[in-house]
Amino acid sequence: MISLEEFVKNIELEIEDLEPGELTAEINYRDIETWSSMYALIIIAYVDSEFNVTLSGDDLRKCNTLKELYFLIKSKV
Amino acid sequence: MAVFKINNVEMVGISACVPKYQESNWDYELLSESEKKLLINTTGIENRRIAQNGVTTSDLCYTSALALLKKLKWNPNEIELIVFVSQSPDYYLPATSIIMQDRLGLPKTTMAFDINLGCSGYIYGLSVISSLISTTKIKKALLLAGDVSSFSINKKDKSTFPLFGDGATVTALGYSDNCAPMHFNLQSDGSGHQAIIIPDGGLRNPLNDGSFVEKQIEKGIVRSRRNLKLEGMDIFNFSLREVAPNINKLIEFANEDIDSYNYFVMHQANKIMNESIRKKLKIDKEKTPYSMRKYGNTSSASIPLTIVSELKNDVEHTRKKFILSGFGVGLSWASVLLTTNNLTCTEVLEYE
Repeated sequence: MISLEEFVKNIELEIEDLEPGELTAEINYRDIETWSSMYALIIIAYVDSEFNVTLSGDDLRKCNTLKELYFLIKSKV
Repeated sequence: MAVFKINNVEMVGISACVPKYQESNWDYELLSESEKKLLINTTGIENRRIAQNGVTTSDLCYTSALALLKKLKWNPNEIELIVFVSQSPDYYLPATSIIMQDRLGLPKTTMAFDINLGCSGYIYGLSVISSLISTTKIKKALLLAGDVSSFSINKKDKSTFPLFGDGATVTALGYSDNCAPMHFNLQSDGSGHQAIIIPDGGLRNPLNDGSFVEKQIEKGIVRSRRNLKLEGMDIFNFSLREVAPNINKLIEFANEDIDSYNYFVMHQANKIMNESIRKKLKIDKEKTPYSMRKYGNTSSASIPLTIVSELKNDVEHTRKKFILSGFGVGLSWASVLLTTNNLTCTEVLEYE
């Protein structure tokens, strides 16, 4: 599995309208000014195609940071 | 397991009708310009048709049916079976299909009933009508499928309002001694029934004064218990998990090669979800038409509407192999493998 840094970078690339560096492993992603449920869909689609792990709505609701999400995915791979 | 084969049933024609009135997601005031752009790019939904002045699903079906009967040169007198698949019927009771029997001038010898399903409804409807045709040898049958979903959608709910459009379709089928079999795989999971639901109005939660009270669920999501609720992430998760295995199982059961199919037409839920499913199945982009940009999610109409809107000229004078798949409310999901020969399609008709 790719590193946490790469994971954050890739998600930032998938969500096209983010400024570089706007997303970090530690910040609560819901605090991003432009955060919307569309981002959640983009993340679910990326994780599904990259790691063959299907995140549920609950998974995303339970996690607050990309770091938490990363380790959750790692436990499911 | 509901994986099965039906012989001797041919799909001969499809028509579709949408309201003329159009709304664009670019005009949706609840979203900022960048949010609109993100929504349209991610969901692939730009415009939607919305029924005006109390026009019902059956009104759209009626216009659609007249055009198809005319194009096929079918006499209403010869129709022996009519099925209406919808979650927006004319009345609580009686069934809308029966009203349509009379309205379309079909004989009293016609068998008529409704099926209450949404996103998966077209495939379920096809399976039911085709099994009946196969066993009864009925020569002319009509499958009506569609919804006026706008009746239950709150404009102040950004999680539903920009996604749904209204539309209805009619598919003509009949017994044939000389056609390829259809293969079906139908599934259901009621544990997810809360994911897409209109909570009030049935016997479980009868309509009451509170049913119409609007509440803010979160920022940008205001709705009443009479409005449609959609848990987008849960539906996304379900569709990614279930649809591809359903189709793979079906292909295996039919002993077919997925590459031999000309078209993969999915329920038009949203672009990012449908594309994820397509990639899982390794089906070419060129074989996977989308109409959601023009019409949004039209419930059980979305698959036949996409065929009429996107494939009309390619299917009319030739033989084509289709994989069709619908998934969503219920939860319910279903796929079919079928072959058409000179499929007749009308234009997408507009209801003024």
